[in-house]
Amino acid sequence: MKAVVLGGTAGMGRAVARRLAERGDEVFLMGRDAGDLARSAADLEARKAKDARVGYAVCDLEKPEGFAAALDEADRALGGFDTVVVTAGMFATQEALEADIELTRRVLTVNYTNTVVFCEHARKRLLERGGGQLTVFSSVAGDRGRKPVALYGSSKAGLSHYLESLDHKFHAKGLSVLCVKPGFVKTGMTAGLKPPPFAGEPDAVAKHVVRAMVARKPLLYTPAIWALVMLVIRWLPRFVMRRIGF
Amino acid sequence: MAEAILSGWGRLALPGVELLGEDLESLSRGTTLSRGMGRSYGDSSLPARGTDRVVSTRLANRLLAFDAQTGVVRAEAGLSLVELNRLFVPRGFFTPVTPGTKFVTLGGMVASDVHGKNHHREGCFGAHVRSLLMRLADDSIVTCSPTELPDLFYATIGGMGLLGHILEVEFTLHRIPSPWIFMESERVRDIDEFLAALGRAAPRWPMTMGWIDCLQRGRSMGRGILMAGRWAEPHEAPKEPPRAAPELTFPVELPNWALNPTTASLFNMAYYWRHTQQRVETIVAPEPFFYPLDAILHWNRAYGPRGFTQYQCVLPRAAGSAAVREFMELLTRLGGASPLCVIKDCGPEGEGLLSFPLEGTSIAVDMAISPDIQRIVDQLNEFVIAAGGRIYLTKDLFTRPEHFRAMEPRLDRFLAAREKWDPQRRLRSAQSVRLFGDRA
Ligand SMILES: Cc1cc2nc3c(=O)[nH]c(=O)nc-3n(C[C@H](O)[C@H](O)[C@H](O)COP(=O)(O)OP(=O)(O)OC[C@H]3O[C@@H](n4cnc5c(N)ncnc54)[C@H](O)[C@@H]3O)c2cc1C
Repeated sequence: MKAVVLGGTAGMGRAVARRLAERGDEVFLMGRDAGDLARSAADLEARKAKDARVGYAVCDLEKPEGFAAALDEADRALGGFDTVVVTAGMFATQEALEADIELTRRVLTVNYTNTVVFCEHARKRLLERGGGQLTVFSSVAGDRGRKPVALYGSSKAGLSHYLESLDHKFHAKGLSVLCVKPGFVKTGMTAGLKPPPFAGEPDAVAKHVVRAMVARKPLLYTPAIWALVMLVIRWLPRFVMRRIGF
Repeated sequence: MAEAILSGWGRLALPGVELLGEDLESLSRGTTLSRGMGRSYGDSSLPARGTDRVVSTRLANRLLAFDAQTGVVRAEAGLSLVELNRLFVPRGFFTPVTPGTKFVTLGGMVASDVHGKNHHREGCFGAHVRSLLMRLADDSIVTCSPTELPDLFYATIGGMGLLGHILEVEFTLHRIPSPWIFMESERVRDIDEFLAALGRAAPRWPMTMGWIDCLQRGRSMGRGILMAGRWAEPHEAPKEPPRAAPELTFPVELPNWALNPTTASLFNMAYYWRHTQQRVETIVAPEPFFYPLDAILHWNRAYGPRGFTQYQCVLPRAAGSAAVREFMELLTRLGGASPLCVIKDCGPEGEGLLSFPLEGTSIAVDMAISPDIQRIVDQLNEFVIAAGGRIYLTKDLFTRPEHFRAMEPRLDRFLAAREKWDPQRRLRSAQSVRLFGDRA
């Protein structure tokens, strides 16, 4: 694969980029900070047994005006890419969001509007070349309106909805879209939160995700147990949801 | 970003706030201590008081550079030995020094200046470090090395995190001829024979260490198994690389009584007699050779909720084998012995100001925590002081400050380095409160 990874410097994106590089795929990194990108690119280069440069470009989900240029650069560096992975996103706790409307606006814009805009750019390029693979990290938080993630979850609900439609619309044209719904994973993003019983590790999640990408699956709950958990949650009646703190 | 309880490998748990993140540079600002995978047994990776913010380096684990010509590698301090081995053994490189577990970070290896089975040849890990990038107590970031700020460098190596947060480590990997180990193991009848056998093995083998049954008394006291090894040459080694062993997890916490003198000596008996021949030569994978205990994750649960400590000391060569024999006798008499007792021949002292090894014999023994533990450690320490030896800080939980001072002639130089680099003692741990009187 020739893969662009937006958000590949940290957390689950870092783990996915490493897994791809160690498999022998070509990787191009995108993220907010040039210094951080350079260090992560060096990490991927040192992990590959073969001598290979790993390119990168600054691309910030808060600055949609830069999306096209960053993707053009990836295109040049990779000689055309066939895979795009988006793990970048913004998280904030419900309390923090309720206390700060500006923060709410940013989280909703980054996680929904701007991610969709980025995916539209990527999707067009992939389809021009006859298809490819688009993998985007949404969240189990988008499956059901829930008290502890009311605002964050709504942005991920919109994103999941968009990704499902993309899959329906373009699957026959050769574009496979994978919507990843991680449950709790121990990364820097979730560092302040108390891990629930089946918290996952980024490496295990990355392994799972790459397998689903290769198998061209449209939807992945990871760690796998969350498929079961969310199945139950989705069917809980409203009066129960109102009462419980989940 | 709170995590209410932090613990070391011996399971002592203290309240604490652990900061976890990918960006060490920003995380370490204004914090009191860094910790890696918490494999130090005692309190060296625990906060001085529950409200102190300690940095977890685990997610800061990027490789920054690798030169296949020279083996020089530069990485963030949270990179683990598991990852390093996974990536480089297949490419013909191995860490110059490895402790008995691979679940450690580079930062932890520097801060403890770890030693391995090859100490008599290669010294401690610090001897292979070329430079460190550090955040100091005044929040500045500096590079130190044997030539640049050498006083800071040598106080940091083995300095238990008290001089600053290590952000990056540059060191040299060794080339290995194959990913397999040629091992010779030998059954040894008693402690005197053990010391003689270790002495014979040291010049012949790059790696040696012994397991001793420290529950035996009388004539077979100190019987055990000596293991010596070197990397196998390509023509001796199997064509295929070793396969990854399945990961087992110690499933439950055993009750406190499960590991008692009877079960412990049954275990030891079985382990000793499993080695049916006097001497065996085999080709083995590096994992079971270097990290026998890593085969079972969370094996520390075997000790039950009371937890355990490890007592590790080194007795100088000059004290002779009589001192080792007497130490073992004292240990059994005090009832401190357990199945895990490891003996190692150490080479010359390194340059880290508080580095543990000293030319002589190191003995490490796990001990369940009991109401007697303080008394046992005190008596062992008194013996060690009289013999001119010292203890290993990364395993320690019970040593008293006056004992530490008595066994550590280099302490004043270390304290002077702290005075220079951190006059306010902003960097501190539960251990430094206990041993150096830092404010809690
Ligand atoms: C089964 C087992 C076998 C072992 N065998 C050996 C052995 O053979 N030889 C040996 O020498 N040791 C051995 N050890 C001890 C172990 O190697 C050390 O305790 C090691 O330092 C643990 O590394 P860590 O990353 O878990 O560090 P932690 O336990 O988290 O921290 C250890 C110390 O390092 C400091 N530290 C960690 N990271 C940093 C950083 N980035 N900057 C500044 N300070 C830092 C901490 O403050 C603390 O003082 C063994 C331990 C176990 C559990």
